[in-house]
Amino acid sequence: MSKIIAKEILSERVVKLEIEAPRIAQKRKAGHFVIVKVGEKGERIPLTISQANKETGTITLVVQKVGVSSHKLCALEVGDEITDVVGPLGQATHIEKFGSVLCAGGGVGIAPLLPIVEAMKAAGNKVITVLAGRSKEFVILEEEIRKKSDEVIIMTDDGSYGNKGLVTEGMERVISQEKVNLSVVIGPAIMMKFCTLLTKKYNIPTVVSLNTIMVDGTGMCGACRITVGGKTKFVCVDGPEFDAHQVDFDEILQRLQAYKHQEAEAYQATLNK
Amino acid sequence: MSLDKEYLKEQRSLAWRDELRKSMPAKERTSRERVSMPEQEPLVRNKNNEEVNLGLTEQMAIEEARRCLDCVDPTCISGCPVSINIPSFIKHIEKSDFLGAAKVLKETSALPAVCGRVCPQEIQCEKACFYTVKLNKTPVAIGHLERFAADFEQKLGSVSVPEIAPNNGFNVAVIGAGPAGLSAAGDLAKYGCNVTVFEALHEIGGVLKYGIPEFRLPNSVVDVEINSLKKMGVKFFTNFVVGSTASIQDLREEGFDAFFVSSGAGLPNFMGIPGENYSGIMSSNEYLTRVNLMNAAQSDYDTPVFLGKHVAVIGGGNTAMDSVRTAKRLGAEKAMIVYRRTIEEMPARVEEIYHAQAEDIEFFCLTNPIEYKADETGHVSSMTVQKMELGEPDASGRRRPVPMPNSEYEIPVDLVIVSVGVSPNPLVPKSLPELVMSKWGTIEVDKETMQAHNVPDVFAGGDIVRGGATVILAMGDGRKAAAGIMKYLKSKHTK
Repeated sequence: MSKIIAKEILSERVVKLEIEAPRIAQKRKAGHFVIVKVGEKGERIPLTISQANKETGTITLVVQKVGVSSHKLCALEVGDEITDVVGPLGQATHIEKFGSVLCAGGGVGIAPLLPIVEAMKAAGNKVITVLAGRSKEFVILEEEIRKKSDEVIIMTDDGSYGNKGLVTEGMERVISQEKVNLSVVIGPAIMMKFCTLLTKKYNIPTVVSLNTIMVDGTGMCGACRITVGGKTKFVCVDGPEFDAHQVDFDEILQRLQAYKHQEAEAYQATLNK
Repeated sequence: MSLDKEYLKEQRSLAWRDELRKSMPAKERTSRERVSMPEQEPLVRNKNNEEVNLGLTEQMAIEEARRCLDCVDPTCISGCPVSINIPSFIKHIEKSDFLGAAKVLKETSALPAVCGRVCPQEIQCEKACFYTVKLNKTPVAIGHLERFAADFEQKLGSVSVPEIAPNNGFNVAVIGAGPAGLSAAGDLAKYGCNVTVFEALHEIGGVLKYGIPEFRLPNSVVDVEINSLKKMGVKFFTNFVVGSTASIQDLREEGFDAFFVSSGAGLPNFMGIPGENYSGIMSSNEYLTRVNLMNAAQSDYDTPVFLGKHVAVIGGGNTAMDSVRTAKRLGAEKAMIVYRRTIEEMPARVEEIYHAQAEDIEFFCLTNPIEYKADETGHVSSMTVQKMELGEPDASGRRRPVPMPNSEYEIPVDLVIVSVGVSPNPLVPKSLPELVMSKWGTIEVDKETMQAHNVPDVFAGGDIVRGGATVILAMGDGRKAAAGIMKYLKSKHTK
C-alpha cells in the first residue's frame, strides 16, 4: 500500500501523483520504473518514476489517462492508497559526461525524461531539451525541465505554444547548429521511431526508453519482449532503455496494439496533424 | 527434525502400530486393489474451473491405508524429497486418526495439501514403494492419502501449528515466496529463527499461484498453508524485489544474518522462429499468470487475456498441459499440444497427459512449428509446422527429433502458447556479482547445505539452482537449505 501525498492535475488527461514509497525513493535512479496495481482486481501497469525525494520518502509518477487502469489511478485523491507499488525496476540510465546531450520528450514521455535531464546535467553535460506535444496542454513539467537544461525548445503540432511543428523539426534545428554527442528520446513509440530515423541520418548515438505491455515486470512473463539488433530482449529486465538504432519499432507498434489499449490512440494523436 | 532410522524404528514399534499391523494379515493387505481417485467427468470438467480430482472419502482412504504393509525398512521415504514419515501418516489414517496423520505430514512438509496434489509420486515415493519394487503391483496411493489427510485438517478448520523451538535470535531472509521459499520458511521457523519472506509479486505462493491452475491446485488450498506459516510467526512482505527494492547488503545492515534465495525461474524461452512476436503468441508464463494470478478471464478483473478458438500450445511438459487445459476451459474449440517428440518422451506427468487426452485435447506429436503467419492487424492466424521423426539418442538420452523433408503444412490458430522452458530469474544474481553462476545462469551451491560458493551467508534452492524442476524438488531444497543455514549460523555464533 502506498499513500498519495500530493496530486496535481497537469492537463485534462495527465495527473502528477506524489506517493509514499520510502524504499523505492532511496534506491531509484534515472530510468527506473515501478509496477502499479489499483484495487484487488486491478491490472499491473508499468510507470516510469519521474522524481523522488529521499528525505520525505516519496516518489512522483505522471500518469496519462489512456485506459481503465490509468483512469482508476488518476481518480485517486490525496490520502487514498495505491494497492500495490513495486520497484524500482529495470536498468538505470547510463549517465556519464558525453559532451552535448540532446533530450527530446513527447507528451507524457516528458515525465520520465526529467530525471535523465537532471542526471545528465549533473554529470557535466550541456543539455538541450526539446519538449513536444499535440498542443499547449500536452507540454508538461516545462518549469522543472528548464531548471536543468541549458536550452529548451518547445514544439506543438498546432502551434498553440512554442514553435509550430513536430519534435523532429526542433531536434534537427539543434543538430544543424552544433555537434550532438548523444540523444535521449522518450515519448510515444511512433514519435521515438521518427526521432530515431532522424538521428540515424546524422549518425548520433541515441537512447530510447520503451513503455511496452507488461504483466509481472520482473522478467517472468515475456509480454514486454521486443527485437533489438535481431535479438529478443525483455524491456522489464534488459531495458527499459535501448540503443534506439537497433530497435525494431514497427514490431513494438504492432505489439502495443495487441490488447487494443487506448494507448494506441494516444500515440496516433501525438502524430496527428 | 530429520527422520533417522532410530526414530522411525521407535515410531514403528509403538503399541498401536504393532496392533494395527497384526490386525490384518499381510496377504490380505496385498490382495486388495488400489482405490481409484474419483474425478469429475472429463467433458464436464473441461468446461469449468473446479478441481479435476475430487479427493478420497474417509472410507476410501482407510481402505487404501490398509494396503500399506508398514514395512520394517520403509523404502518409500527415501523416494520423498522432504522425507515425510510415510508409514506413520498412513497408519494414522488406517486407525481413523486423520488429524494425527496431518500432523505427521507437517513434521517435514510445509505444504502437504499442495504436495498431495502436484507431486509426481509415481517417480518418487510410489516408485520406491514395496508394492512397486518387490511385488510388481500398483503402489499404495501415497499421494492421494497425503492429500486426504491434509484436506481433512483444512476442512475441519483446525489447522495444526507444528512445534516451534525457542527463539534463537537469528534473523533469516527468504527471497521468493514459492515452494522452495515457503518450505525453507517453515523449517526455519520450527528451528526458532525470525523468518521474513520477501516476495516480488503482490501475492504469496509463487508458481503455486501464478502457474498451476485452479483445477489442479485451488488457491484457497495454498492460502491455508500460507496462513499456517503465518501462525508459526513467519512474516511476509509482498511487492519487494530483493536486488532492487533493497540489496542483500542493505538487508545485512538491517540485521539479517542469512539469506535463502528462492527467486525461481524467470525469463521464458522462445524458439526464435519467424513471426514469434506477433500478437496472440505468448509464453505459458504470461498466459497462466494472466489467467491464474490476475484472473483475466473473469470480467470484473482489469487484466485482459485472449480467448482463442484454435489454440496451439508448443511443448510437452506439465506447464504445457496446464496451458492447453486452461485454454479448453476458456472456450477453445480446438486446443492442441504440438510436440516435436512422441507422447513417450513428454516430460509431463502421465496423469496430466491422461487427463488432457480425456478432456478432448488434441495431440500433434512429432510436429514442430517453424513459422507463424499473421492477419492484417499483426495477430497470429496460422502456423507452419513440420513433421519430425526420431533419430539417434542425443545428450539427454532421448532420441533426437529430426525434420522430415517436404512435410510442412499449415494449422490455423488464433492463440499460440509457447511452453518450451524457462531460464533462471536474473534479478538477484545481478545484484550479487560475487555469486558463482553456471553458464545457464543458475546459482552454484553446495549440494548438501545449499550454501552458495564465495558468499557464506547466502543459500539458494529451487529453480534458481535447478533451472526448471518440480514443486517438491524445490521444497526439498528449501528443507536442506534451512538445515544448512542453521548449521552455518550456529557455527558462526560459537566462534
